[in-house]
Amino acid sequence: MNNLLGFTFILLALGSCRGLQDNDVDEEPELVFQPSKYGSLWPLPQNVQISDVSLKLSSSSFSITDAKESGAGASCGLLQLAYKRYYEYIFGGAKKQKVNRNARAGPTDLLELQVWITSPDSECDGYPSVSSDESCLETFSQLVYEDEYGTKTINSTVISDFPRFPHRGILLDTSRHFLPVKVILTNLEIMAMNKFNVFHWHIVDDPSFPYLSRTFPNLSQKGAYHPYTHVYTPADVKMVIEFARLRGIRVVSEFDTPGHTQSWGKGQTDLLTPCYSGSKPSGTFGPVNPILNSTYEFMTQFFKEISEVFPDAYIHLGGDEVSFACWQSNPDIQKFMEQQGFGKDYRKLESFYIQKLLDIVAATNKGYIIWQEVFDNGVKLKPDTVVHVWIGSGSNSEISKVTAAGYTTILSAPWYLDYISIGQDWLNYYKVEPLNFNGTEEQKKLVIGGEACMWGEYVDATNLTPRLWPRASAVAERLWSAKEVTDTGDAFSRLSLHRCRLVERGIPAEPLTPSFCLHEYKGI
Amino acid sequence: TLNVKKKKNLYICVLNLTISVWPLPQIVIPSPERYQLKPQSFSFGYRRNLDTKHSCSVLDAAFKRYFSILFPGYTYANLITFSIVFTLTISLDRHDCQGYPNQDSSERYKLSVFAGQASLNAETVWGSLRGLETFSQLVYQDDFGSYYVNKTEIEDYPQFNYRGILLDTSRHYLPVQAILKTLDAMAYSKFNVFHWHLVDDPSFPYQSQKFPDLSNKGAFHPVTHIYTQSDVRRVISYARMRGIRVLPEFDSPGHTKSWGKGQSELLTPCYRGDTPSGTFGPVNPTLPSTYQFMASLLKEVASVFPDPYIHLGGDEVDFSCWRSNPYIRAFMHKMGFGLDFSKLEAFYIEKIVNITSVLRKTSIVWQDVFDYHERRKFLSVVEVWKQGCYLCEVRRVVKAGLRVILASPWYLDQPGPTHNWARYYNVWPLAFKGTEKQKSLVIGGEVCLWGEYVDATNLSPRLWPRASAAAERLWSNERQTSCVERAFPRLQEFRCKLLRRGIQAEPLYVGHCKHEYQSG
Repeated sequence: MNNLLGFTFILLALGSCRGLQDNDVDEEPELVFQPSKYGSLWPLPQNVQISDVSLKLSSSSFSITDAKESGAGASCGLLQLAYKRYYEYIFGGAKKQKVNRNARAGPTDLLELQVWITSPDSECDGYPSVSSDESCLETFSQLVYEDEYGTKTINSTVISDFPRFPHRGILLDTSRHFLPVKVILTNLEIMAMNKFNVFHWHIVDDPSFPYLSRTFPNLSQKGAYHPYTHVYTPADVKMVIEFARLRGIRVVSEFDTPGHTQSWGKGQTDLLTPCYSGSKPSGTFGPVNPILNSTYEFMTQFFKEISEVFPDAYIHLGGDEVSFACWQSNPDIQKFMEQQGFGKDYRKLESFYIQKLLDIVAATNKGYIIWQEVFDNGVKLKPDTVVHVWIGSGSNSEISKVTAAGYTTILSAPWYLDYISIGQDWLNYYKVEPLNFNGTEEQKKLVIGGEACMWGEYVDATNLTPRLWPRASAVAERLWSAKEVTDTGDAFSRLSLHRCRLVERGIPAEPLTPSFCLHEYKGI
Repeated sequence: TLNVKKKKNLYICVLNLTISVWPLPQIVIPSPERYQLKPQSFSFGYRRNLDTKHSCSVLDAAFKRYFSILFPGYTYANLITFSIVFTLTISLDRHDCQGYPNQDSSERYKLSVFAGQASLNAETVWGSLRGLETFSQLVYQDDFGSYYVNKTEIEDYPQFNYRGILLDTSRHYLPVQAILKTLDAMAYSKFNVFHWHLVDDPSFPYQSQKFPDLSNKGAFHPVTHIYTQSDVRRVISYARMRGIRVLPEFDSPGHTKSWGKGQSELLTPCYRGDTPSGTFGPVNPTLPSTYQFMASLLKEVASVFPDPYIHLGGDEVDFSCWRSNPYIRAFMHKMGFGLDFSKLEAFYIEKIVNITSVLRKTSIVWQDVFDYHERRKFLSVVEVWKQGCYLCEVRRVVKAGLRVILASPWYLDQPGPTHNWARYYNVWPLAFKGTEKQKSLVIGGEVCLWGEYVDATNLSPRLWPRASAAAERLWSNERQTSCVERAFPRLQEFRCKLLRRGIQAEPLYVGHCKHEYQSG
C-alpha cells in the first residue's frame, strides 16, 4: 500500500475557546443554516475530533514543513508545490513573508504543519493510481477560519481519514463544446478542493475531434471545430496530466467507438460506414466500419499512441449508443453479417467490433473501462474490465448484474449534472446510496466509485464552473465520506460554508439558497 | 427581400436576410456591395449643422466604447487626419445630451451605409445609441482579418418602449461590477430599463441617507454588502450613458422582513394567542408613523433616482400576521373593513401611491394590487407576473384603462436547457382581443432574474443569451421574427458577438465560436 500523502499533523494546544463562525444566512424553510460541529469540512472526514481550543495562524510565522521522519523531503516537488498552494489558500494569497521563528509568537499561535509521509516510498514522481491514498492538506486548509477580527484561526483537532470509494470522478466533454485548457485546469483545481481523484476526459465525440494526434494529425486538422484554436496539442495534454498529477488526480481519457464518431470520419477516410439510401450511398456516414481490416490497423496505431500519451492504467473505450440503422442500410455490411452468421442481430456485429478493439487495447497493457451497453450486449470482457453504469432507469439492477458477473463498476446514472432543475437539486445527488442494490458483500466490494458527468450540449467555458459546483460537491461527499454521513441539515450547513470557501478562492461556485458569503465572487 | 405570408395563425417566413443584427431592425435593405474598414482610418463625426454644433458627452463616450467593439484591441483616438477614409456621421434632431432617457424617449434612428460612408440620423441621443449598436453588429471580419461593412439602409424603432431586465439584489448581493456588466450586455440587446429590485425579505443593501440603520442592520453586511449613494449614482450614470433607465423598486407592505431590522415598529408584530410571538409580518398599516417613514424614505428615493417612475411592489402579502394582531383587528373594525384584509392592503397601497404622486412620480405595482382591489383609479402601470393565462390578465388591465408591463413569460431564474430560448421568443404580448387603443396600453415587457439561486457567480450565463430572445420580441416586428428556425443562426451569431465583447453568454447548443469565452 502506498501512502502518497498520508500524513499526521501536530497541533500545539493552548488558549481560549470560541465557536465556529456563522457567516451564512438562510431562508429555506426545510434547511436552516446552523453551524455544524464539523465547521466547513467537505467532504466530511472519516474520524474527526475538533476541540474548543483555538490557535492563531500568522502568515509570517506559520509554515508547512516535512516531518523529520517523513518519507518525502524537500526534493519532493509535488509536496513543495502543494505547500505553497495551500499556504496561499489559507492566507488568501498574502505574500509569503520571510518566515521568522524569532518573531514574538503568542502562546496560542500555531507555527507549523508537519507533513509526515509514513511510507518510505513517497511516490513523489509517480502517477496516482486507483490504490493511492489521498492528500489531506485540503482538510487542514478547511479547518482554518477567520475570527471576527480577521485572524486566521484553527481549533485543535485530530483527524484520521480515508475515502470510502477509490474512484471519484468528474466527466468533462470537450467535443460538443471546446473547453479552453485554462478552464480544465481550473476544474482540476476545484476537484482537488473536493477530493475528486479522476478526471474522465471525454475528449472526442460526434461534433468535434479536438485531440491532436501525432500519428493521425488529420483527425483534428479536419475534425476539430478549428484546427489551431480549438485543439489540444500534445503539450496541452501533457500540461493537463501533470497539473492533475500534482493534485493527486488521474486523467482517464475516453475515445468512444464505434458510435459517437462522426468527427473521426472527417480526417480518416474509410473509417466510418457509408450509409445507403436504396442501392446508392447517401453521402452520410454511420458508426465505425467494423468489416474492414483497415479499421483495425488504424485502431491499433491510434491506441498505441493513446496508451503512451496517457499514463493512466485505464483507457475508457466508450461503446455506448450505437445506432444500427446505417449498418443495416449498407449492402457490404449485410453481406458480412451473412458470412459471419450473425443473422439480423446487429448487436453481434457490435460485439465483434468491440471484441477486436479490446484485444487491441489489451495488447498495450492498459486496462479498460466501457459504458454499460458493451456488457449488456454480452461482449466477452477481461476480468479486470470496469463497467460504467450510466442509464438512469434500472441502474440498481444493472449494478447487481454487472457485479454478479464479477466485474468492477463505477456509477454515474444518478449524477448526470448536465440535467438541471430549479432549487436544491444537490440534495438528490447527495441522497444517493451507491451500494443500495441487491447483492452479496463480495459484489458490493466491486463498486469502486462513481463519476459526476457534465455533458457538453449546453455547456462551455461560460457556464461550466457554476453549473458543476457546488452540485458536484454533493457527489464528492457521497463518494468520500462514511455511509452513515446522511444528515442533510448538517451537510447543508457545511456545504454552504464550503461553497463560500470556493468563492473566496476565486471559483464561481453558484449559491445554494438566498444567502451571502463574506467574500463574494469578484471575477466579473 | 422580406416576405411574410400569413397562413391560419402561423406565420411562414420567407426571408433572404443576410443581416445578422440582433434584435432585427424594422426595415433593412441589405446589399452585397461592401466597404473595407481600417481602425487607422475610421472615425466618428457629427453632422455640422446648427443643431449639433457642440459635441455630446454621451456620444463621445459611446464612440470610444464602440470603436473598441468594432476593432478589438484598438482604442479610439479621434485624430482628425487626412487619412480618414470612413466616417460614421451622426446627426440628431434634438440635441439634448444632458437629460435622462424616459418612457417617451424616441429611440428611432436611420442608418445608411452608402458609398464608403455611413450616416446615422436619430431624433434623440438615445436613438443614436441604438443606431451605433446596430452599426457595430453590421461590421464583420473576413478570414484574413480585414473588417468590412456592407452597403445597408436601415430604418428602425422599437415595437415597445419599455424593455426591461429585473435584477434582484436582496436575495443575493450583486457587486456593482456585476450590475455594470449587465448594463453593458443590456445595451447590446437594446434593453432600455434596468428594474432594480433593490430590497426584499433577505437583505436591505440600499444605504439610505435618512435611515442608515436600514442597511446597517438589514444588509447581509453593513459595509461590504451595501450600495452606497455613490454606488447608486454610478449605476444610474453608467446606465444613462447607455440609454438605459434605472427603475428602483421598494416593495411593500410584504417582502419587507429586512426593513424591520433597522426600523423598529415598522413591521406588524405577529401574535400567538394574546401575546406577541416575537416574529413580524408585513408593514404595519395602522400606525401614522408608518406613513411618515414611508413618505420620508420615498422622498429620498424620488430624489436619488431621476426616473419619473417608482416601482412600489405590492405583491404576495401574507395576511396571517395581520389577522393574528388584535390592534390590526381593532383597526379593521373601526374602518369597517370587516374581515377582508385585502381592503386593509388596498388602504395601505393607496396611501403609498398617493405619497408617490405627491412626489411627482408615477407608480408601478405588481398585478396583485390590481387583482385584489376594486378601486383601481389610483393605479397607473401594472406589471403582470403570474403564470397561467397572462394575456387574460393583460386584457383585464388594459380594459380598466391602465398601462401594462408583461413579465410572466420571461421569468429566467428558472434554469433550463438553453434550447428553451424559443419559449421566450414565441411570446405574443398583443395576442389578445382588444382595441388598438387598448393594445397601445401594453407598454412593454420585462425579463426577471430573481435571486434565490443567482449571484455574481452564475448571473451572466443564466441571463444571456436567453434574455436576448425576449429583447427581439420587444424590439422587432413580430411578423418578421416569428420563426424560431430563422432566428436560431442569428441568435447563435449574436451570442458569439457577446463572447467577443466579454459577456459570459452560455451556448444555445452544440457548436463553437471563433473566439471562445476566455475566463478569468
